[in-house]
Amino acid sequence: MSYLTLIWAGLFRRRTRTLLTFVSIAVAFLLFGLLRSIAAAFSVGVDVAGVDRLVVQPKYSIVDGLPVSHLDRIRALPGVAMATHYSWFGGFYQDRKNFFPKFPVVPAEWFAAYPELRIDPAQLEAFEQARTGVVVPQQLADKYGWKIGDKIPIEADIWPKKDGSRIWEFDLVGIYRAPTSGFGLNAFLMNYDYFDEARQFNKGQVGSFVVRVADPSKAPEIARSIDATFENSSNETRTATEAEVARQFANQIGDIGLMMGGILGAVFFTIVLLTGNTMAQAFRERIPELAVLKTLGFSDVAVSLVVLGEAVVLCAVAGAFGLGVSAVLAPGVGRAVKDILPGFALAWQTLAAGLAIAVLLGLVVGAVPAATARRLRIVDALREH
Amino acid sequence: MHCGSTDLLNQIREITWMNLRNVPSRVGASSVIVVGIAGVVAVLVSILAMATGFRTALESTGSPNRAIVLRGGSGGELSSGVGQESADIVAQMDGVAAASDELYAIADVPKRSNGTPANLVVRGVEQNAFVVRPELHIVAGRNFEPGKGELIAGKRAVAEFTGIDLGANVRFRDSDWKVVGVFEANGDANESEVWADVKVLQAAFRRGNLISTMRLQLTDPAVLSTIAERIANDPRLDLQIRSEQDFYGDQSKQLTAIITGFGYLVGVIMAIGAIFAALNTMYSAVSARTVEIATLRAIGFGVAPVLVSVLIEALILALLGGALGAVLSYLVFNGMTISTLNRGAFSQVAFDFAVTPKLMTQGLTWAMALGFVGGLFPALRAARLPITVALRGE
Repeated sequence: MSYLTLIWAGLFRRRTRTLLTFVSIAVAFLLFGLLRSIAAAFSVGVDVAGVDRLVVQPKYSIVDGLPVSHLDRIRALPGVAMATHYSWFGGFYQDRKNFFPKFPVVPAEWFAAYPELRIDPAQLEAFEQARTGVVVPQQLADKYGWKIGDKIPIEADIWPKKDGSRIWEFDLVGIYRAPTSGFGLNAFLMNYDYFDEARQFNKGQVGSFVVRVADPSKAPEIARSIDATFENSSNETRTATEAEVARQFANQIGDIGLMMGGILGAVFFTIVLLTGNTMAQAFRERIPELAVLKTLGFSDVAVSLVVLGEAVVLCAVAGAFGLGVSAVLAPGVGRAVKDILPGFALAWQTLAAGLAIAVLLGLVVGAVPAATARRLRIVDALREH
Repeated sequence: MHCGSTDLLNQIREITWMNLRNVPSRVGASSVIVVGIAGVVAVLVSILAMATGFRTALESTGSPNRAIVLRGGSGGELSSGVGQESADIVAQMDGVAAASDELYAIADVPKRSNGTPANLVVRGVEQNAFVVRPELHIVAGRNFEPGKGELIAGKRAVAEFTGIDLGANVRFRDSDWKVVGVFEANGDANESEVWADVKVLQAAFRRGNLISTMRLQLTDPAVLSTIAERIANDPRLDLQIRSEQDFYGDQSKQLTAIITGFGYLVGVIMAIGAIFAALNTMYSAVSARTVEIATLRAIGFGVAPVLVSVLIEALILALLGGALGAVLSYLVFNGMTISTLNRGAFSQVAFDFAVTPKLMTQGLTWAMALGFVGGLFPALRAARLPITVALRGE
């Protein structure tokens, strides 16, 4: 009890300095929260990807396309539980800036391949029945204010219709829930049958296949057997787990993310270094005070604990404050960068790690002064200052 | 006491000089300001240099005398397709000095940096591609021979992608290719591509005689609008024409804006931290010199010289930090090449950090502003110290 009072009194001895130090530390941890969230954005999809899902892409480039007839041969392979396909529609809603993925899919198969997506069975049925029907994730419906029954025009950039027009009009028949924001889990979904019939060229070509395997531990073997099936055909494939595909895509942005992480890491350590220096300086000014405490009968250990306690309390409170501010800012930053870093999010693990580092920082910057305080001889301390 | 302006300046000079001579004895505390501000400036300048480099690489690809023809509605070369008949009509229009038919394809090739496949642009071209882009020249090997499975590779494509080496064989889609030459093009986006004969590429990628886009050399930039009008009014054509500068400017806009915004966000947050560190240091400096300042005041030095001298000390330390940060950023990053996915083209583009004099000046301006704020309040406190209390104080 009395120690806490002492710590408190020590911190408020120089209000201005404590406040200034507090803010510097808070700023460092605010940056920590944001930079960890950026790093997390580069591993997005890797953590959430289904372990039992494989993605089959064209061997030489994902833009090439594969014949839909591959599907029957994939399904016939041992260990394959189910398989379906999707394609990249491109296009945009109202303005080129309104970017979200749009996939032509086979409705029932898509939702079977991604059981984590939740849709009302009646709406799924409506999706299967309506040729021009589409279903969208909740967040997309919220963003554009769409309701079931709305007509949604999409202007195509890759796929003009047979009659030469570029406007595809869809009817919204369902809204589904996606648990996370991983790639492909938040797509605008349309009927492949309608898409294939109405498009001008490349009939029977799809983008990629999604394969669920019965036993996830056999996924690598099954991936190899799929690629072997199409080897030396005119449409060779490259099969990888969903996590691997997500990682590869993140690596395409690669260098910039790495660079940002590096720069920000340097920033964090600079600020921490500065703060440590300031706190050590503050301690030196207070040596006579500590001598007085010892004169009053406080033990060596007690005095050093008070010094250490001050550093830890200041760092922990300031760190928690900085992390709190980053948690408040994160949603806004996430919205600003969502097109390029869709996975930007502040995870609770980041906050917990930040808090742990803050306490550790307090221990580190407090350790030397605490040790000095412990060894302090009253006479010397009082004489020197 | 009467104080002439010469007196005032003399006083300021005296006190400032005395303060600065004291700095070495407070080196630990003073370095807090220098290091803190150096950090802010180095980070700000480096991130902005990344944005500047990216924009420069894309913008320098465009020339005011060139235009690109795409299919109506398509947002980039990848989603575009132009039929041979349409291409012939456009090539005959008035104001077109030369027309180059080009096929834009993507191949997955592992990056040297991390070994994962990334999108490399494979551009199929005919002789006119070199006519419309006079800035492009072969620096090693030779040009490809028409009709053969030969490639020439941009300098940056060689640097970024595994196996793209002069003399090497590369496999794309159904065919084998030999790299016979390396080209340069002022460091622009073309240098991140590999080029081959358009007819051979059409066959290998099974595109029939479809091309992706046309590049037009215009007789004058002003004819662009006339050609755009003729294309819009021709019922046989479903095409759009854009100036190259517009086209590449649009591609760089989004990423440039994001990196720049990010740079300022981090810069401002760090600046707040650095200001508080500077305030801390300068307040300590003032409080350590309480008696000294009061003595100066007692023997007749004015308020203004004391205030100005503290401010000057902060500004000099800040400028030192700013210069250190700017130079550090220049030494570490200027000219460093990195590559990223250019979303507009769905392909990798490599570019150099550009730590320009303008950015360095901007960094120094920030440093001065931080030093001013960090010095002002402690300076005011120093000026307001009541002489008697201060002298008795310690």
